[in-house]
Amino acid sequence: MSVATQDTAVSTGRATRALIYLTLLLFALFYLLPLYVMGVNSLKPLAEITGGNMMALPSEWTLDPWRSAWSTAQIGVEPTGLKPYFLNSILMVVPAVAISTIVGALNGYVLTKWRFRGDTWVFGLMLFSCFIPFQIVLIPMAVVLGKLGLAGTVPGLILVHVVYGIGFTTLYFRNYYASFPTELVRAAMIDGAGFFRIFWRILLPVSGPIAVVSVIWQFTNIWNDFLFGVSFGGTSQPMTVALNNLVQSSTGVKEYNVHFAGAILAALPTLIVYIVAGRYFVRGLMAGSVKG
Amino acid sequence: MASTEADFRTTLQNWLPKLVLAPSFAVTLLFVYGFILFTVVLSFTGSKMLPRYDWVGFENYQKLFALPAWTTAITNIAIFATLYIVICTVIGLMLAIFLDQKIRGEGVLRPIYLYPMALSFIVTGTAWKWFLDPGIGLQRIMQGWGWESFTFTWIKDSQMALYTIVIAAVWQTSGFVMAMFLAGLRGIDNEILKAAQIDGASNWQLYRRIVIPLLRPAFLSAFVILSHLAIKSYDLVIALTGGGPGRATEMPATFMYSYTFTRNQMGIGASSAVIMLMTIAAIMVPYLYAELKEKKA
Repeated sequence: MSVATQDTAVSTGRATRALIYLTLLLFALFYLLPLYVMGVNSLKPLAEITGGNMMALPSEWTLDPWRSAWSTAQIGVEPTGLKPYFLNSILMVVPAVAISTIVGALNGYVLTKWRFRGDTWVFGLMLFSCFIPFQIVLIPMAVVLGKLGLAGTVPGLILVHVVYGIGFTTLYFRNYYASFPTELVRAAMIDGAGFFRIFWRILLPVSGPIAVVSVIWQFTNIWNDFLFGVSFGGTSQPMTVALNNLVQSSTGVKEYNVHFAGAILAALPTLIVYIVAGRYFVRGLMAGSVKG
Repeated sequence: MASTEADFRTTLQNWLPKLVLAPSFAVTLLFVYGFILFTVVLSFTGSKMLPRYDWVGFENYQKLFALPAWTTAITNIAIFATLYIVICTVIGLMLAIFLDQKIRGEGVLRPIYLYPMALSFIVTGTAWKWFLDPGIGLQRIMQGWGWESFTFTWIKDSQMALYTIVIAAVWQTSGFVMAMFLAGLRGIDNEILKAAQIDGASNWQLYRRIVIPLLRPAFLSAFVILSHLAIKSYDLVIALTGGGPGRATEMPATFMYSYTFTRNQMGIGASSAVIMLMTIAAIMVPYLYAELKEKKA
């Protein structure tokens, strides 16, 4: 039994501390392992993977797997590489993120500063939509996209991602604006400022942090989506679907080094966002689970 | 004239907020609740490749639960979800408690634990698929390092393949669970802990009796989020094992997709989606209801 004399709440012995550091370090290695494996093996000739050790550094460094993954690898039946699919993903992600974030901001503003009877119900219904298993909407969505002539197109995917993204963006902005002093909004109303003017002049200028959270969350989710992409992508498949096709292709030699390079290419955009703005990414994750 | 214009403006201002919210709400009602209703209706019809509207009652549900593939899928999801939730929670809690001991380098470790959450499950699946492949991955690595008798063929073994999905899924989300617990730990008042120590509590007692009970909300959130992720798991299974070997790693999500879109049994596919929704709703609705109510109070 130790009696706390120093300022830390919990005191630990030397041996315990060593053990804690060791455990933390081992887990860090565990989390880094797949990234290391992908990185190292994407820079080797194939023979070094099939004939050597996956953990070893390349003895002959090469960028060929990267070139192949980007521009010549066989995706499905076409030897196009991942490039066109990367572009599809970009064309899909940018509008989907922008629209869902703007809509979410306006919704959050209405739900906190222009409250009306039943607004909690409206919000609750929108919030639940974030958590449904999307299998439940796949069939109707396929029918509707077909009727609209949007099946297999990038605009179709944008529509899908906006529809199922506004629940989360609304949640973010609602919780953020809830803590913004309503008196300021009231004062502006008395001064004769209208709905959009108040939003534009008073709330928008302070929305920077939550807008970043929302953009990052939407970007990561939409970029990483596979289910909607594979169901409705058609000829405009996103990056994740193309990567899966590349890796699962059953014809020819399995080019592991190309697969790894492709996997990193698919991971790079979200990884960069995480490295640049990880703090906001974590905030988004947390807001989606422990609200408030 | 001036007064009617002012009236019009006030009326407009009163309606504007609702007008702004209306499209989102309408879209939600149609694309979420309308679609759910549509799928429920389809689950009671004899739809095959395309939607049909011939009422067959509970026939699809009876067929569904008589299918060995569905029995495999729900057995697998039960095993997978249990292991996934328990292991993620244990690892997450342990890492959070350890990181909370004024660790040097916390700022470096935390992002390393969390980055997998930013990756697509397809990327994770690709990495683990080849790393666990006996031909080139772990087994060969160990043998190459001199441990000649080392074997690790889980991913090719229909009895064990499910556990490789657990490994990859735990790898991807346990860091996130750590972050949830860490936030909970940082919210605990240090004075309570100090008082307990003055009363002679050991570290172990401190955590078991005081800290862990105080983390109840974090446990609940972790459970809800993880079970929700587990039931939805589709991408990871597709990328890692494709549901195989054979049907060994079939899950409800993969079952629904293949019965609906490749086997042209839309009625059965729809009924499996309804079962998935009901399972998630049973967990999410009480949770969200409680969260929203708390907010109001």
